[in-house]
Amino acid sequence: MSGLDAYRAVASPNAVEVILKLAEQVRGRRFLHLTGGRLGSGPAEVLRAAIPLLNDLAVEAQWEVTGGDPAYHAAAQALQAAMQGAERALTDERLRHYLEMNRMTATKLRLEADVVLVHDIQPASLVTDRAEGRWVWRCHFDCSHPQQQAWSFFRQFGEHFDGAIFSLPAFAARLGMPRYIIHPSIDPLSEKNRELGSRELAGVLQELRVERDKPLLVQVSPFTRDHHAIDAVNVYRLVKRHHDVRLILAGTPQDDADSLEVLSDLREAAQHDADIAILELPPEAQRHINALQRAATIVLQTSVREDFGLGAAEAMWKGKPVIGAAVGGLTQLIIRDVTGYTVYSVEGAAFRIRHLLNNPELIPRMGAAGREHVRRGFLITRDLTEYLALMIHLVRATPPRG
Amino acid sequence: MSPEAEAPFVFTACVELREALDRSAHDARELMERLEGAPEDSVFFHVHGYFFRHRPVTTAYGNDFARWAAVELADLALAERLAVVDPFQYDDLASLREELVSIIHSHLRAGGGPRVEFQRAFHFQQSRMIPVPLGPSVRTLAEFRQGLSIVEASAIYLHMVEARARLGRRGGDFATWLRGALHLPALADRIERIDLYLTTPERVRGRLLALIDQSIEAGEGA
Repeated sequence: MSGLDAYRAVASPNAVEVILKLAEQVRGRRFLHLTGGRLGSGPAEVLRAAIPLLNDLAVEAQWEVTGGDPAYHAAAQALQAAMQGAERALTDERLRHYLEMNRMTATKLRLEADVVLVHDIQPASLVTDRAEGRWVWRCHFDCSHPQQQAWSFFRQFGEHFDGAIFSLPAFAARLGMPRYIIHPSIDPLSEKNRELGSRELAGVLQELRVERDKPLLVQVSPFTRDHHAIDAVNVYRLVKRHHDVRLILAGTPQDDADSLEVLSDLREAAQHDADIAILELPPEAQRHINALQRAATIVLQTSVREDFGLGAAEAMWKGKPVIGAAVGGLTQLIIRDVTGYTVYSVEGAAFRIRHLLNNPELIPRMGAAGREHVRRGFLITRDLTEYLALMIHLVRATPPRG
Repeated sequence: MSPEAEAPFVFTACVELREALDRSAHDARELMERLEGAPEDSVFFHVHGYFFRHRPVTTAYGNDFARWAAVELADLALAERLAVVDPFQYDDLASLREELVSIIHSHLRAGGGPRVEFQRAFHFQQSRMIPVPLGPSVRTLAEFRQGLSIVEASAIYLHMVEARARLGRRGGDFATWLRGALHLPALADRIERIDLYLTTPERVRGRLLALIDQSIEAGEGA
């Protein structure tokens, strides 16, 4: 039995059969992923599962990571932030160092493949050292309004790609090449999303000191300004006037001053209220996040900016209605009135929560619709299907490598 | 023994590979202007493709243009006028595009309507279908029925919609094979008349199976 067989129980009917048939068309082809790190981000979580699945299907999938010294990482991070539209000082010296380190990395890696997928900014300039095969840039963030200097710099090597993939059409940068749209996905069998038995769930919640004696409003997101957890506290306060609820804010603190400030603001806002819990979790606390999302009555996502918002997909997969800001991929994930609500204000979010708490029969109904929506559109099986289809499209005219 | 076709039928699923176009609209006037010059593949994606992507849990808007007018512009009158366009009534995609443009043009006489920010704009896309032959091939009506009952839903879209509206196979693959290979013109005619507008591949599957069952019960092709 291949690893893919385990997905038959959770994916849409026939999803596994279609993947098997697609894989037959690219058997023996080499599919190389280049990323700037192995741990942490959502795309890396899915890649960890996807690589062995592809290899089971006789597609030669590999994953290489670029790296360098602290100055290199700082330059790559600044460039990525600027490509997302933030103001960052990008000195010529910094950018030259980024290019130089990637050039050195290129000499150490085997870059020959039928299709090379380069994820985000850190490894992107390796395309100038491309060997055979088709090279595609997989951009996981909103690249529609990059800072001008960053964009001019990126275009020098960005135009060497054969195509690009964006998560949403609204995220696509203006590039003179085919720009494919592939939504990101979650792995339903990962530690963060697998089923938890009631005893295991109770055990994790006890460990986190989370009580389930009142309806739980849960927000899981990084403690950053973009994710704006303080809005969740304000939503909770409006709801609390009418319903005795608890608020759980869980996330992984980032290693920067902004994140510390966000946490400090949250702690201050939560002071003197025993029904607000702020849980700082380590990056590996996948089972804890799983348990919190399963324990939630309603899940919130009060971001002011989202790349896609896969946290909402995780919650929906666990059968929870999601109230989320109308930003990024949340507008794709949340079907208004069906799987939850997209909202434009703190008051709007509180209104929707009160509506659900006053009509509790809607909660499981929306939760079930959300799970089906994710099953059809946001599981790793759909991601694999589209990547294999893209690979077939790209290599169709190319003979197999010797 | 039921007749066996010389040319077998191979059920073929499909995977939609979507592409963004450098074309977006922030209000109804821009939608009309951009739609006028949009590639036919993009019209197909946003109108016929809605049938492929639409799930019965959501409101049926009929096509992406109508959905955008309702959800983002909150222009329910325009949404309604766009939604009632049945794409299967048009001979080609150029005529369909012309009809959609003229609806927006006529609607604009009553006023310009609201404008939305970039993230909520209508972003034009197009797609290409990657075919996935599923096999095994079938040669009799019974085998065809059995295959149809379990086949991946995208195969129904490919054979019934994509074949007719984009690939120029006007009768659709099912009706063409049943008529040509199994000599079942009455069943083929009934399948060609299935209303594909505002439904889902699963509902079309149910309708197809019912028609085949009726045909078998009536002894057609026996």
